[in-house]
Amino acid sequence: MSTPFYVSPQQAMADRAEYARKGIARGRSLVVLQYADGIVFVGENPSRALHKFSEIYDRIGFAAAGKYNEYENLRIGGVRYADLRGYTYDRDDVTARGLANVYAQTLGTIFSSAAEKPYEVELVVAEVGDTPEGDQIYRLPHDGSIVDEHGSVAVGGNAEQISSYLDQRHQDGMSLAEALKLAVQALSRDTNGTQREIPAERLEVAVLDRTRPQQRKFKRIVGRQLSRLLETDGAETEAESSEEE
Amino acid sequence: MDFLSEHQPELLPGKRQLPPVQGVIEAPHGTTIVAVTFPGGVVLAGDRRATMGNVIAQRDIEKVFPADEYSAVGIAGTAGLAVEMVKLFQLELEHFEKVEGAQLSLEGKANRLSTMIRSNLGMAMQGLAVVPLFAGYDVDREKGRIFSYDVTGGRSEEQNYAATGSGSIFARGAMKKLFRDDLSEEQATTLVVQALYDAADDDSATGGPDVARRIYPIVTVITEDGFRRLTDEESSDIARSILERRLEQPDGPRAALL
Repeated sequence: MSTPFYVSPQQAMADRAEYARKGIARGRSLVVLQYADGIVFVGENPSRALHKFSEIYDRIGFAAAGKYNEYENLRIGGVRYADLRGYTYDRDDVTARGLANVYAQTLGTIFSSAAEKPYEVELVVAEVGDTPEGDQIYRLPHDGSIVDEHGSVAVGGNAEQISSYLDQRHQDGMSLAEALKLAVQALSRDTNGTQREIPAERLEVAVLDRTRPQQRKFKRIVGRQLSRLLETDGAETEAESSEEE
Repeated sequence: MDFLSEHQPELLPGKRQLPPVQGVIEAPHGTTIVAVTFPGGVVLAGDRRATMGNVIAQRDIEKVFPADEYSAVGIAGTAGLAVEMVKLFQLELEHFEKVEGAQLSLEGKANRLSTMIRSNLGMAMQGLAVVPLFAGYDVDREKGRIFSYDVTGGRSEEQNYAATGSGSIFARGAMKKLFRDDLSEEQATTLVVQALYDAADDDSATGGPDVARRIYPIVTVITEDGFRRLTDEESSDIARSILERRLEQPDGPRAALL
C-alpha cells in the first residue's frame, strides 16, 4: 500500500494557480477601455460566431479570455442571474457589482475545491453609467478575487505588457475612434515588442454606449461601421469631437 | 423559463392554486387593441381605458408594449395578469436572444405567446382571461405581420388588420371600410386612431381621446428600423385632427356606396 505524498496547501494552491494562468495565457488577449460615451471592448477573434464579449443586461457587458466552454458556462449563468433579478425586482436592481460578486464566489469555490480543476478563465464585467464617473469595470482573475479597474484593463495571454502600454497612453474623454485605435495598437504588439497587423475581419468589437436611446446599451460594431472607425485619422476625429462639443 | 420553473416556480403564472370562488372576480379589464399592416411594417395601437364592471378603473392605462426590437404586444382582458404575461414574454425573448446570440423568428415568438395564454386557461375559465394581439416585423419575409389569439391559446395569423377586446367588433368594422393596400405609415397611424374612435363611440368600455386630460391612444409602429412608439405630441396631433373632422361629421369618413 502506498502512502499519499504530503503536499503543503501553499504548494497545492500555487500549482493550481500556475495551471490556470497557463491555460489563460494560451488564449489571445482582449482589452476593455473607457471612452467619452461609454466602454469599448476590443479583442482579436477569428471566429464570427463564438463571441468573447456579450451582453448580460441593459448596462452590463461581459468579456472573457481563456477556455471557451468554461466562460460560456459562466456567461449563461450571468445572464440567468441578471434576468431573474430584473424580473423579480426591477431592471435597475441588476448591477455589475452584484454580478461580479456572484462570479467571484463561483470562481473562488471552484478554484479552492479539490474535486474540480480550476477554471482557466479571466473575466471582465463592465457597467456603463450615466456619466463617465459612473462607469464600473471589474476584473475577475481565475482564483475568484475581484479587481476594481479604472480607465483600461487587459486580460489574456499578454495582459501585463498590454495593460502597461494602455496605462501610459489612455486618457479620459477619448473618442470611440481614438480608444479603438489605441486598443488595436496595444493588441498588435507582440511579446518581443514587434508590431504586427490585425485586419478588421479578425477584430471583435463591442460597446456599451450610454448615448444609445434604447434601454439596452450593448452593441456590437461590425463590418462597415468598424472599418470606418478604424480608418478615421486623428484630424477627423478631432474635428468630430469638436463638432460634438 | 425552464430555469425559472425549476428554481422559482412561484414566479410563473399558471402554476398558482386558485381558491374556489363563486361568480366573477372583479378586476380591472383592458379593452380595445387594433393593428393594421402597411407596406413596410405594421401599426399596433390601443385605447387608454381599464374598466371594472361598470366603473372606469383607470383612464391612462398603457396596454401596448414592445416585446423586443421587432415586435409588440397589445393586451385586452384582465390587466394585472396580462401585464405580468407581457413582462415574462419580454424577458423570455430577451433571454433567448442573449443566450443564443440570435433572435427568435417571428413565428417562434407568436407560438411562445400562444403557450403562455394556454397556461392561463384555468384563470380564463373563472373570468380572468387574457387575449393579446401580437404584431411584428418579419425580418426574413420583410413585411409586417399580425397574430390574434383566443382564450385557449389558439393562434391565427390575420391579414391586413385585426382587433381584440370589447370594442373590437366596432373597430374591425371601421378598419374594414378604411383599409387599403397602399397605406403610408402616416395613413396607417390615422386609420388605427379612427378605428379606436369608432370603438369608443359604440363601446362604453373603450376610452376615446380625452382632450381635457390630454390622454390619447398609444400608437406604435414597427418597421425594419425596429419598434417606435409615437410621442405624445404625434398621437395628440392625429387624435385632434380626427376630432376636428368629427365635429362636422360625427360618424367619421364615409366609404363609397358602390
